[in-house]
Amino acid sequence: MMENRILKDENDRVDGFLKVTGGAKYFAEYELPGLTYGVLVTSTITKGKITSLNTKEAEKAPGVIAVLSHLNKPSAPAYEQEGGSPMKIFYTDKIFYNGQPIAIVVANTFERATYAASLVKATYAKEAFNTDLEKALKDTKAKKLQGQPDYKRGTENAYKTAEVKIEQEYVLPIETHNPMELHGIIADWRPANKVTVYAKTQGVKATQGTIANVFKIPIENIQVNSEFVGGGFGMALRTWPLEIATVMASKHIGKPVKLVITRMQMFTMVGNRPAAIQKVGLGATKDGKLTGITHKAFGESSTYENFTEGVVNMAKFMYQCDNVNTSYTIVPVDLGVPIWMRGPGEATGAFALESAIDELAHELDMDPLDFRIKNDPEMDQQKNKPFSSKNLKEAYKLGADKIGWSKRKNKPGSLVEGSWKTGYGVSVGVFNANRGKASVKGILKADGTLVLQSATSDIGPGTGTGMGLIASKLLNIPTSKITFELGDSSLPPAPSQGGSATLSTIGSAVNDVCVALKSTIAELAANSNMDATSKFVDVLKKNNLPSIEVTKESQSGKERDSYSMYSFSIHFVQVKVHSLTGVVKISKIVSVGDSGKIVSPKTARSQMVGGAVGGIGMALTEESILDHRYGRYINNNFADYHVPVNADVPEIEVIFIDKPDYLVNPMGAKGMGEIALIGFSAALANAVFNATGKRIRKLPITPDKILA
Amino acid sequence: MQSSDNKKNSGDSRRDFLKKSSLITAVALTPAVAMKAAESQADERFAALFEKIPLNITVNNKAYKASIEPRVSLLDYLREELHLTGTKKGCDHGQCGACTVHVDGARVNSCLSLAVMNEGKKITTIEGLAKGEELHPMQQAFIKHDGFQCGYCTSGQIMSAVACVREGHANSRAEISEYMSGNICRCGAYPNIVDAIVEVKEGGANV
Repeated sequence: MMENRILKDENDRVDGFLKVTGGAKYFAEYELPGLTYGVLVTSTITKGKITSLNTKEAEKAPGVIAVLSHLNKPSAPAYEQEGGSPMKIFYTDKIFYNGQPIAIVVANTFERATYAASLVKATYAKEAFNTDLEKALKDTKAKKLQGQPDYKRGTENAYKTAEVKIEQEYVLPIETHNPMELHGIIADWRPANKVTVYAKTQGVKATQGTIANVFKIPIENIQVNSEFVGGGFGMALRTWPLEIATVMASKHIGKPVKLVITRMQMFTMVGNRPAAIQKVGLGATKDGKLTGITHKAFGESSTYENFTEGVVNMAKFMYQCDNVNTSYTIVPVDLGVPIWMRGPGEATGAFALESAIDELAHELDMDPLDFRIKNDPEMDQQKNKPFSSKNLKEAYKLGADKIGWSKRKNKPGSLVEGSWKTGYGVSVGVFNANRGKASVKGILKADGTLVLQSATSDIGPGTGTGMGLIASKLLNIPTSKITFELGDSSLPPAPSQGGSATLSTIGSAVNDVCVALKSTIAELAANSNMDATSKFVDVLKKNNLPSIEVTKESQSGKERDSYSMYSFSIHFVQVKVHSLTGVVKISKIVSVGDSGKIVSPKTARSQMVGGAVGGIGMALTEESILDHRYGRYINNNFADYHVPVNADVPEIEVIFIDKPDYLVNPMGAKGMGEIALIGFSAALANAVFNATGKRIRKLPITPDKILA
Repeated sequence: MQSSDNKKNSGDSRRDFLKKSSLITAVALTPAVAMKAAESQADERFAALFEKIPLNITVNNKAYKASIEPRVSLLDYLREELHLTGTKKGCDHGQCGACTVHVDGARVNSCLSLAVMNEGKKITTIEGLAKGEELHPMQQAFIKHDGFQCGYCTSGQIMSAVACVREGHANSRAEISEYMSGNICRCGAYPNIVDAIVEVKEGGANV
């Protein structure tokens, strides 16, 4: 249960006290009697078969309780049938990628399990493999799959015959989510097939459903707890094989098992943002009207499960253009399967499209901001529907004023001070204003408090804080008297936290619950001859009711059929690039959010700031580097995989348009977790070009590329 | 520093024991029996005699006497033995700062320190910073300035931030950023963290 103490300001996080005192409990921190520790053994080859696995030494090591692998196939009924996806851990001797879990050692201490895991020895029959997307693309025999149906509006490749055109290729490396909390799970399998897990998940109901499916037990036998999650960014949107392995282990030994993977294993077992190669062709008239957009993307996937995302979505509607065609191809390589990473495919696509827009503006000798405004769409040409709301022109102006856009020169390399060259860049971000279906229960008590419950999650954005503010305004109760319970699969069902949909989806159900509670109170007041303005506490007391409760399920209405609903952002970046060293220093960032009404101003601002920080990493430093000869990552730790640190991050100004869009939901609020990051990397690349005249089309933008 | 002779001798005796015990185990025990032996705590009795060493340590003003394996990190000792889980494991390699605690007043990555190296030392963890319900000014400032999102790096950030001010490294935003760069925040709360530290520093409270 969320505690709600020492709130000095109604906008403070409701779980702030627990988070600053170390009182917030994350999955690995639950004390269970008889708890044991699991440690994974992983493959040291990239592709092939396990020919032998010697677990005897490990089994004899002090404190070891069990070693599970494909040799003793711990019971998971759904895995009995061979083949298919997802990967059936311990039910196959096949190796699909380097670092794949092949055994779990369970011991009575973490240290003993770690030591014993080092004693497990495997031999393999190796097969030829490829972990390089570029190589796979060149290989005509390599498998390629359609990731999304091809899209065409008007003439295909119309850019080729345009008055002014550009055609370029953009490359993104693999990025790894790397939330601060290591992944893992505690599984506690009890007699009569009752299972309790403490998970790191963005969806307790999804985890519950997966466990039920794999072990073929009733869903009500499974309790999933995940109150605090130490960051996800998409990697906890599914139940990974390592989690299934831990549940298997607990079932096998009849004791609770805790598995916490290592930072190195975070690079191989829990997904990543896949590498991508994108070709963009843009054409325009001489006066700057877009006449053709072609966006073709090739994204990495795995050989054992397909992964797709919305890389080419933005090209279809972001600009007014009659001729658009897109294609998206996925290319299986011998790596672990990717998963959506913040901004997901849209962020990958936006780097290419928004860099290309900047390139075309340069060809036209136009200010890239003017070029975007000139091609701002009146309606969504893809869906042939009006936008439910879009305030981009206003957003462009606000952001431009704040960053000092008027100081920008269109000619690159114009602003020089000593060894430092200054540049300005801009980019748009856009993401679906999603809203799903969710249930919320509200319990209004005579002691003046309100408890709200839903099986949603909080990976960091401040779910409970936002929900409390919605309820507080509707019922006129201070947030300090509202508790929002989440991260518990026994609560009313809600979808996973992803795709910027939580506030819209769960918030709408909170809204409906509060409206219903209000009308119940009004009815009770009328029935007991009380004034309509009576306080609910008095109404409940007069009626001798300790509490009243309401459960509501909420989802979108028909508006969604008639309107195109998106959240937008615009990122402005000012950089200074050092002439001799190629070092990029970001001197100022302005991010403008056009995402409807802002419900929780403090946490919303933090989310935009956090998105920009993630964008800095994507643009300047983050790259999971493989040694393709061995199929292994070579920078799989925080010293070599560089996420932004405090000194990398400048002043970040956040501006919200803050205009409600009641077509999306009753709060008029749209999600913003993704738009906070989408487009940012292009804004930075565009700023580097403006500073230096150097166009970097391959992320990250490291000094060697600037000096090359 | 220990002499190499001493090391060799003590190492030999433990290795000998392990060799013998694993030989006995190999000959006499099937896995099922081994499991039973583990449950009967035979391992624990052997370990207590030969593998564990005594530790006297003070954590958050409370004295602890323990007998632990020398390979247990201070971080794992705090989290798994003392159940002081406010201190977080983010990398276990001293690269992220999530496990920052104060050892005799200095900030230290507890994952890089073996528990037994801290004999006689005074450790302060995030749980020892507040006085009951009364938060430390840095904790209050982190709430006010929203210096976190998911909260996982927060304990380490706050322990580092307190030390940063005490060390005299909080004289400008740039200096704070530099001296707080050993603590990674993946949610990207850095500007808010700096705001919190500036406020505490300028407020002049005794940290």
